[in-house]
Amino acid sequence: MLKAKVYVTIKQSVLDPQGVAVQGALHSIGFKEVESLRIGKYMELELDTDNREEAEQRVKEMCEKLLANTVVENYRYELEG
Amino acid sequence: MRFAVLVFPGSNCDIDCYKAVEETIGQPVDYVWHTATDLSAYDCILVPGGFSYGDYLRCGAISRFAPVMNEVAKAAEEGKYILGICNGFQILTEAGLLPGALRRNDSMKFRCHDTVLKVNNNTTPFTRGYAEGQEIVIPIAHGEGNYYCDEETLQKLRDNRQIVFTYQDNPNGSVADIAGICNERGNVIGMMPHPERAVSSLLGSDDGKAMFTSILQAWRDTHGAANIR
Repeated sequence: MLKAKVYVTIKQSVLDPQGVAVQGALHSIGFKEVESLRIGKYMELELDTDNREEAEQRVKEMCEKLLANTVVENYRYELEG
Repeated sequence: MRFAVLVFPGSNCDIDCYKAVEETIGQPVDYVWHTATDLSAYDCILVPGGFSYGDYLRCGAISRFAPVMNEVAKAAEEGKYILGICNGFQILTEAGLLPGALRRNDSMKFRCHDTVLKVNNNTTPFTRGYAEGQEIVIPIAHGEGNYYCDEETLQKLRDNRQIVFTYQDNPNGSVADIAGICNERGNVIGMMPHPERAVSSLLGSDDGKAMFTSILQAWRDTHGAANIR
């Protein structure tokens, strides 16, 4: 059994209105040092395989096909176990 | 001319689309469930608005893998007319049938009001009933209608005249005020505003009517009078 942790983030070139709003909220409660804030998604997947190489390829495929929209998002992942 | 209105779990503008076809042009129209595997009977496919699959993950991300979407891709390939409205537009971009993506509105608000659109291209099958540059009033209702594409794609959209509608007063932060685009061939169009909600002055505007009459006229012109039912 392998565990995959997938992180999906909005590309730097793409505006993240949610991040901007949350940054503004932090500023308003005194955390002025926050220079930028980007919101992304974190997903945990449990995979029924012990083959790391195959798992890596499959997770990449999942990201490309569904988990991220590569027009506006980047992704990265870690395999554990 | 036969119309299909696709229905996904969570679609909520399907009835509006169905009624708009019935009332503007009186052509045969069917609801088609997302599991359908044959759209060959239809000449035009409407992908309606709503919150298909609860907008989980991203708007349209899950719907694009519904069985019927393979048939939509096939229909697009065959040159049939495909109109995606609101969530339908999001689904068509996720499916790669139209370029770009739709992000959260820059205001972070769900915007639900009339907008003034400019018809930038009146040579598509969907807009031939409008004048070039005509201003029309069509309502929007979305939280994620902020169109994005990179510079290179934007240039392509401009060069091929794929920007069909632009907002006069950008409500969501869309790149280049884009409200609706078509594919290179011009038979697939996606737009955030709802023409099906603007087909009678009782609804506040009947400026959306011409989209439906345009589609019928385009189809008649390419299929000859003999096919008119």
